[in-house]
Amino acid sequence: MKPLFESEVFVRIAAPIAVGIVLFMLWEIGLRLASVPVYLFPKPTDIFASLLHNGPSLLRALLVTLRVTLQAFVAAVILGTLIAFMFVQSRAIEVSLFPYAVLLQVTPVVAIAPLIIILVKNTQLSLTICATMVALFPIISNTTLGLRSVDPGLANFFRMNRASRFKTLVKLRIPGALPYFFGGLRISSGLALIGAVVAEFVAGTGGRSSGLAYEILDAGFTLDIPRMFAALLLITLTGVALFAAMVALSQMALSNWHDSETRAEA
Amino acid sequence: MTALLPVEPLDQTARPMTPAWDRPPAVEVLSAEKVFANGARGLAPIDLSIADGEFLTLIGPSGCGKSTLLKLIANLIEPSDGRLLWWRSDFAQVGQEGRRLAFVFQEPTLMPWARVEANVRLPLEFANMPRAMADPKVADAIAHVGLSAFNRHFPRQLSGGMKMRVSIARALVTSPNLLLMDEPFGALDEFTRNKLDDDLVNLSWERKLSTVFVTHSIYEAVFLSTRIIVMAANPGRIFRTMTIDHPQPRDQGFRDSPKFAAYCRELSAWLAEASLQSAAGGGS
Repeated sequence: MKPLFESEVFVRIAAPIAVGIVLFMLWEIGLRLASVPVYLFPKPTDIFASLLHNGPSLLRALLVTLRVTLQAFVAAVILGTLIAFMFVQSRAIEVSLFPYAVLLQVTPVVAIAPLIIILVKNTQLSLTICATMVALFPIISNTTLGLRSVDPGLANFFRMNRASRFKTLVKLRIPGALPYFFGGLRISSGLALIGAVVAEFVAGTGGRSSGLAYEILDAGFTLDIPRMFAALLLITLTGVALFAAMVALSQMALSNWHDSETRAEA
Repeated sequence: MTALLPVEPLDQTARPMTPAWDRPPAVEVLSAEKVFANGARGLAPIDLSIADGEFLTLIGPSGCGKSTLLKLIANLIEPSDGRLLWWRSDFAQVGQEGRRLAFVFQEPTLMPWARVEANVRLPLEFANMPRAMADPKVADAIAHVGLSAFNRHFPRQLSGGMKMRVSIARALVTSPNLLLMDEPFGALDEFTRNKLDDDLVNLSWERKLSTVFVTHSIYEAVFLSTRIIVMAANPGRIFRTMTIDHPQPRDQGFRDSPKFAAYCRELSAWLAEASLQSAAGGGS
């Protein structure tokens, strides 16, 4: 048994935390020494105080943003996977539809969000649509790539045994696509959050209040800079948590066999 | 030296006594030739009969069409002209008469996400066999290649030789009548290869398999085969045929015998000749 500080897991968790603590301390000490006013740039202690003080309203906003994010993410995963399956069924479908998937991807959500917010009456729904559009593309492209990346030797084996289309899909294409799919999930989960926040900003400037982005806007209007930072902190933490959840999910699904998730045997 | 060896003449009328020529031949290649889409002549018209229970090896310089011939026999490709018969019938009837072919590739081609037992079970799943019926067959096939202890392992946890064994178990699980192998042990070290050859020669004997085996190794060819087809290129054709007159199953004793060395020397000389003829451009 190695000492704790030498173990891989401990180092991987402890090292970033140590860096974070040092940065926060430098931030705190620097601002104190320079006596920068709170309304210009808050100290970490100010931000934590604001976080506690505005706890209930920030938490409510967090839940709104989280709900939009998760709805959009789930919608993107379902839609994206379905579209990817459609794409691999026939080359014609892919060739005719793929440019539109790209179109969806390159259109900035800020530019199209006002339109969607006007067209869709329900704010929650319009935000979800915007975030879904942002999160959709990585799922489509990764899953399509995965479903196509079949080991040629195995494909030959399936063909030789006259495996049905369905069996080839279930036993060969889908398991083979999983590593790509999980790669798509990681990117897409972060994008869903970004999409949700951006759409909230647009909706917020239009006067429809909701979510953490609105908290940031509102804090800006009232020059409550610590609250702005607190909301920002919550968004960041949400993103990290989503990413960690996706990593854990893909580790659970792939750890037995895929090189990306297998750890060297001791 | 040549007189020592029971060399089969070029024409196919004189057939070796072993294995069973009294039963219908497993495969008959009747003037089958293969011209590729780019016009290249992969195989000149070939006549070949593979006896039931025979272990036939195809050997020759690269480009001699041994893999093409194996693919024809596997019905993976169609001949450009001529035809093939399996147990005196068309390929479509092979399954209906309860006969099966199995193919082992150069690579193990296992599903990395599936455990050993799931990999071996795959061909039975293609045949929609219920689990209760399939499981004993799977266990039996895995036991046959000596991997019972590794049932629940994933392919990445196994060595190259073990993966190849899994691949062979997957071929055996359907109880095939005809086993086709395309340089299956080419990527393995010599020690592992010899071990697998030992097992294979016994397996094919016990299971009364007809086997067609492609290899680059002279020693492997002599050790395993009842008959060796030496092929030449430009165009791909049968150059000479050698019958290995030694009872099966075989063991290390055969490898150590002067007879084995003599066969290897002779085969080596033939291969050199075949290479020369291939370079000269033979028929064209």
